[in-house]
Amino acid sequence: MTGSAAAAGTGGKSDCLVRYEPGSGPLRVGIRSSVRALFGPAIEAAARAAAAERGVRTGELEIEDDGALDYVIASRVEAALRKAGLAAAPAPRSVPPPGAAASPRRRRRRSRLYLPANQPDLVPNSGLFGADCLILDLEDSVAPDRKVEARILARRSLVEGRGFFGASELAIRINPLSGPFGAADLEELAGAFPQAIILPKAESAADLEALDRELSRLEARSGIEVGSILVMPLVETALGVARAVEIALASPRNAALCFGAEDFARDLGVRRSATGEESLLARQSVVLAARAAGIQAHDSVFSDAEDLAGLAASCQAARRLGFAGTGLAHPRQIEVAHRAFDPDPEELAEAERIVAALEAAEAAGSGVASLGGKMIDAPVAARARELLREARPGMRS
Amino acid sequence: MEWSRNSLGRRVPLEAGGRKLRPFAGAFADTGPRRSAGAPSRPAAARGRPDKLVGGWDELLDALELRDGAVISFHHHLRDGDALVNEVVSRLAARGLKGLTIAPTALFPVHDRLVPYIESGVIARVEGSMNGAVGAACSRGAMRELAVLRSHGGRQRAIQEGELRIDAAFVAAPCADPFGNANGLYGKSACGPLAYAVPDSLFAEKVAVVTDGLVPYPCSPWSIQGGNVDYVLEVESIGDPAKIVSGTTKLTKSPTQLLIADLTARFVEAAGIMRDGFSFQAGAGGISLAATVAIAERMRRAGIKASFAHGGATKVLVDLLEEGLVGAIVDLQSFDLEAVRSCRENARHLESSPFASYGPRAAGCVANMLDLAILGATEVDLDFNVNVNTHSDGLLLHGIGGHQDAAAGAGLCVVTAPSFRKRIPIVRERVTTVSTPGEVVDAVVTERGIAVNPRRGELAERARAAGLPLVGLPELMEAVRALTGVPEEPEFGDRPVAVVEWRDGSVLDVVRELVPR
Repeated sequence: MTGSAAAAGTGGKSDCLVRYEPGSGPLRVGIRSSVRALFGPAIEAAARAAAAERGVRTGELEIEDDGALDYVIASRVEAALRKAGLAAAPAPRSVPPPGAAASPRRRRRRSRLYLPANQPDLVPNSGLFGADCLILDLEDSVAPDRKVEARILARRSLVEGRGFFGASELAIRINPLSGPFGAADLEELAGAFPQAIILPKAESAADLEALDRELSRLEARSGIEVGSILVMPLVETALGVARAVEIALASPRNAALCFGAEDFARDLGVRRSATGEESLLARQSVVLAARAAGIQAHDSVFSDAEDLAGLAASCQAARRLGFAGTGLAHPRQIEVAHRAFDPDPEELAEAERIVAALEAAEAAGSGVASLGGKMIDAPVAARARELLREARPGMRS
Repeated sequence: MEWSRNSLGRRVPLEAGGRKLRPFAGAFADTGPRRSAGAPSRPAAARGRPDKLVGGWDELLDALELRDGAVISFHHHLRDGDALVNEVVSRLAARGLKGLTIAPTALFPVHDRLVPYIESGVIARVEGSMNGAVGAACSRGAMRELAVLRSHGGRQRAIQEGELRIDAAFVAAPCADPFGNANGLYGKSACGPLAYAVPDSLFAEKVAVVTDGLVPYPCSPWSIQGGNVDYVLEVESIGDPAKIVSGTTKLTKSPTQLLIADLTARFVEAAGIMRDGFSFQAGAGGISLAATVAIAERMRRAGIKASFAHGGATKVLVDLLEEGLVGAIVDLQSFDLEAVRSCRENARHLESSPFASYGPRAAGCVANMLDLAILGATEVDLDFNVNVNTHSDGLLLHGIGGHQDAAAGAGLCVVTAPSFRKRIPIVRERVTTVSTPGEVVDAVVTERGIAVNPRRGELAERARAAGLPLVGLPELMEAVRALTGVPEEPEFGDRPVAVVEWRDGSVLDVVRELVPR
């Protein structure tokens, strides 16, 4: 193999830019790094190990580093070699990565925080922010010519840095399967066992069925129990909204139906407004479809990280519509979202009184419970029990 | 050179440049003789108005009669906009002087231009603070004599006690009168307080005020008093206003910094010190400012007001003062235009001095009145010792600032830092350089949890009860190393290039020459 020159990575913080130049001499590694005095040998060792892993022992690797961790260096080297046409993708894993496990379909998802998949600086700390769900995004936040290196970086973080994500559920937003990148995203990443896949631009049951088939094949190949990886379809076009019910019902993997307001407004040919009236029917349709399928409804990303009051108002309105959570663009938004989607103390106290009254009635052998002279209806009882279950960690199911 | 081991187990010299040194023996051991240098006594003025205005640089430098080996001092209120230090040093170099000691309160990137004068021997020593390229040059061994690093309080004490004798103090003044009264509140180069120049103006043998904002007598207020000033030089410009103060102070967006700030605020609240009338100091760095904002939010929620905030002033503090959430700002330097305006207009915005704020040999100082100090670190070790001077690669890049003084005085000293920066772990077995001893550091807050000094067991209890994530430093060090790997040790030569003094003048540590790789 001779291959051609190629580069991967960026000069950004905690990242490195790796250039590979083919050659016949033994592999030479050149390093410029802001942490060279402290980590020069470690950087070289990580780069050489990643090249050897891909069977490359000749040519020149030039690394410009600003404090990248070993897994980032390895990802960038692998990406450069693969872009150079010198190395194939690693063989699919035959066992799930250490520490990986399926996520329960029903769990609290008040916040789902998007992280650009090609930007490594936030990832090692991502589990510390307390988001219910973290999403490594391969779609909108990654330029087309960066998709290859982004998915390699995401794969290695899932395999080598599982601890980064803490107690958060870990999802990947792949590119649409109908486009040029989606299938390769899955091929690269499914074996690394993300707990969920966010499917953007979902427009039909067939989209979900195709995703399900592909996931099942890749799960079986990688020793992951088939059906473990959850799916969250992202509905963000007029067609997707019109078919929300069939999408929500299409796959047993579906855990939540998400709405994307920005793309939806574009599809309608209007501008996304602060008040959101252009998407009210769509959002209600998403909630209706999700609840019809017995899954969660998730609201669109609130992108202004500075406007915490606006975020709180938006989350409260979403909760009133029936959404269980929302998308977020910055970790500082998490606390606000959680406060808004958590039942408030008064609601909880009320639910506790209702459940206590129900239990007292049961103990007394009475079929009818009442509170404050009013009979407790079955739906009220069910809602109270659900509220308490959601609010008490450890009772997630 | 004779060496000894101090109470932290660090090898320190017993002598530097003919001056005897005392090894550090504990933060409150207060070793050493108590003495006063005494302010210079000047010849009585003749009847009538003294003529202090000089016609130009040459006249001023002639009058100062500086010789080889002279000690000259500067303040850092003009920060990266300062034109004075470079101007004076280059003029003295042109006059053929060499072996100078410069005693700045801090240096900035603009002063990187001093490096050639260090290499050529014009500057033989720095006493005070070294930052950026000057510090790096010192690390490489470019300086002829042993440098001395002191905190703002330690520097004031050294001047007061005659350990640092200044032949000429150059006071850049945005506003001054022909008698030498001066302040930093008015003029095109307005910078806020002139606090750091006060000890120099009181004790230096000769004092020169250099101004680009000459006003008729009496300049008001007079942060620097004309009775201590020998010469006044009017120049076109003392600096670049755009770099003296920033237009506005920006708050950090870094998720990790915000997380640390939030944990800090929760820890402070859990510590039980957030009572009505409490007081705090937090710097102007990203985490500190964000912590100030987070603490203010908790004060609002709890209906609590602080009596004062101390240290550098920013718009963030000014807003709290004007909101009534903070009763006063005791200010040593202003970082943005709003802080300068507030210092000028608001009687509750006090201009302090190093003696009043940090004086180690005073009957107490502002730092002693603090309930809380939030400070930074480049490294922390398992004994809670903090390094703010050097980086893990051994390069000397920062001054001590008020770190020691605030830590030693405040009721609660919280050090905040990310657990690693660009792959470099913050927690080490032993810090590269001890800047502040662990004895006065109560807690270290990182995004990976809060480590409480075992000396403060009750704090750990309170934090645990509040559900805060506690972590031991050894455990934190291992967790971070699992991410980053273990850094190489820098290779040092035997020669010390700087001593780090504790605020009482005893020696905490030395910075050693780096062996180039």
